[in-house]
Amino acid sequence: MADLAVEAEGLVKWFDKIRAVDGIGLRVPAGSIHGVLGPNGAGKTTTLRLLLGILDPEVGWRRILGEDKPMRAAPRIGYLPEERGLYPSMTPREAIAFLGALRGLPLAEGRRRATALLEEAGLGAAAAKPIRTLSKGMAQTVQLLGTIVHKPRLLVLDEPFSGLDAINQQRLEGLIRAQVADGATVLFSTHVIAHAERLCERITVIAKGGVRFDGTVAAARDRLPSRVQLRTRQTDGPWRRALPADATARDRDWSFALPADGIEPVLEALIAGDAGIETLAIERPSLHEAFVELVGEPVPQEAEVAA
Amino acid sequence: MNRLLAAAWVIARRDYVATVFSRIFILFLATPLFPVLFGAMFGAIGANQDHSAPHRPVVALIADAPATRALAEAHDRLLARLGDDVLPDLAPMPPMPDDAARALLRQRGRHYVAVLGGSLAAPRFLLSSRAPDGTEEGVSLLVDTARAATALGQAAPKPVDLGHRTVRAGADDEPSAGDRVGLASGAQTGLFVLLVMLAGMSLSTFIEEKSNKVIEVLAAAVPVDAIFLGKLISMLAITLTFVAVWGAIVGIGLVAVKPAMLAHLPVPAVGWPAFCVLVVAYFVGNYLLLGAVFLGIGSQAGSPREIQVMALPVTMFQLLLYGLAAAGTGHPDGWVAWAAAIFPWSSPLAMLARAAELPAIWPHLLALAWQTLWLVVALRFAAGLFRSAVLKTGDTRPWWKRGFAAQ
Repeated sequence: MADLAVEAEGLVKWFDKIRAVDGIGLRVPAGSIHGVLGPNGAGKTTTLRLLLGILDPEVGWRRILGEDKPMRAAPRIGYLPEERGLYPSMTPREAIAFLGALRGLPLAEGRRRATALLEEAGLGAAAAKPIRTLSKGMAQTVQLLGTIVHKPRLLVLDEPFSGLDAINQQRLEGLIRAQVADGATVLFSTHVIAHAERLCERITVIAKGGVRFDGTVAAARDRLPSRVQLRTRQTDGPWRRALPADATARDRDWSFALPADGIEPVLEALIAGDAGIETLAIERPSLHEAFVELVGEPVPQEAEVAA
Repeated sequence: MNRLLAAAWVIARRDYVATVFSRIFILFLATPLFPVLFGAMFGAIGANQDHSAPHRPVVALIADAPATRALAEAHDRLLARLGDDVLPDLAPMPPMPDDAARALLRQRGRHYVAVLGGSLAAPRFLLSSRAPDGTEEGVSLLVDTARAATALGQAAPKPVDLGHRTVRAGADDEPSAGDRVGLASGAQTGLFVLLVMLAGMSLSTFIEEKSNKVIEVLAAAVPVDAIFLGKLISMLAITLTFVAVWGAIVGIGLVAVKPAMLAHLPVPAVGWPAFCVLVVAYFVGNYLLLGAVFLGIGSQAGSPREIQVMALPVTMFQLLLYGLAAAGTGHPDGWVAWAAAIFPWSSPLAMLARAAELPAIWPHLLALAWQTLWLVVALRFAAGLFRSAVLKTGDTRPWWKRGFAAQ
């Protein structure tokens, strides 16, 4: 089990009379990118806070980087909270060094690394200005740099993409991949499926405080049958009996789940009935569709517009 | 433990730098100047009024030239020995009839309180009803002196210069119990005033992190105990900076301007060096004890408005502690003094009074240990309260509702 960066079992957390987290378990192999997906209010943030030791669970246990008490692993963890927080009067350089110092990095070393990190991120000119004068996106970048300045082995990012424009989202994806290439483990939560689909090897889908799915992205998609998209020349005929009962029709476009015995019997009936096949496509379901199926309610697919 | 202290140090350093190296701190540092400025302003107004009003009574002098000269010389000599305020001024006048002299006393404007006429041998004296007490006695001494000088002429002896040797007030230099109670009350009050001015700050120190959401980053990276300890240390350091600056200014000022004031203080029972150490120790102790409580209360507040509402009860609480400690001051071995010394939050004030009154040192070591113990308890309690009420961690259900499943 030594190769698990995060391990949790049966976590339960009450807020007053509500069970915000209800028996969630999680296993994140070291060196992987793991996504925690779920609709708003599913318990993602509470789960991350439980894992980090900001909250203690009423029931269940967790082990972070081999430590039963997450606070002991704190110097090796980087955490970007959903609600970003920096002291507005501090300069980016000082803020990054301060965040590093909280995790045990000597202040002088933190300042030196901060200067280099800011330079790399194209914020060299802003390094000595108070954070309150920076744009929101810049401040967010500063906080992210403060999260990685002490070279953590585990990065926990809560909704890291929210509030970023497309360019910065791309940059963040690059940064996450670079951290993993250096041997770190990344655990992040999101309600935007596209990021998880691009980045993650494994995902955990959470809804209403419980785990709905845990596994690879491919396995999540495999839970749904492929969809068949068909366009015929004829609108009606005896061949229609060969289509599954739940097929939806719009004019001459048909859509239905791939039958268990394959597409061939349907094709034979269509050819025999002279339906006239214009287009035919068998599509794997997207993670988005799998997610909706798992969670039982729709979520927005498009990337969040910068707030 | 090391990690706790290191984390507390990181937080304390941030808070201290952010506070002390800000422009607003200069205002904070300058606050004690306001009463001084007000004092100077009202003083100036008072002095102004003094100038506009006639302040020294004047005696009109109607006499021939030799008598006038003799009286003026006597006047100068007496003032040189006795000070400016003991005799009325003299205003030589041309001879005038009695009626005119009476009119002089009734006249508004110049403050004539008497008219001295006639000769040195047979003076005539008119006294106004509004003349201050002692005017007649003063003028008669003046006439006596002038007469003596005139009678003796060149034979008058020169004014004597006695010189002097100072003798200390006796073998019994030990200050009286009453003097020491005065010192005890004074030290207590001084400490209390400082604490009322400075301890309340810790109420609002958590609002910053709560409003800018940094609290989440702090709570994820370091134990809550370390956050509280760090905040407390920074508040203490800021306060000590303030006290050091003003202590130095007032201290140097006293030594330079009125060293006599220091020399006349009664020696405290434990001696000056020990007393000075104890003043600092008890100030730090009391500040930390109050600060821990205020930090805990303040960390529960959600907004600056709630902090404002809490300020009054908190000041009342401090007044109560001061009252308890002050009630025991006269009788350091009475039950009130003991109660005040044992209750941790009034203990520093009560023990400081004891240091002025009784010579034993060991009760102070015991008291400091006792206060430290309670400081740890208060800090842990405040951090625990913060964790359960604000971070909502730990079992927030009341204990009687917790099931066995949660254990």
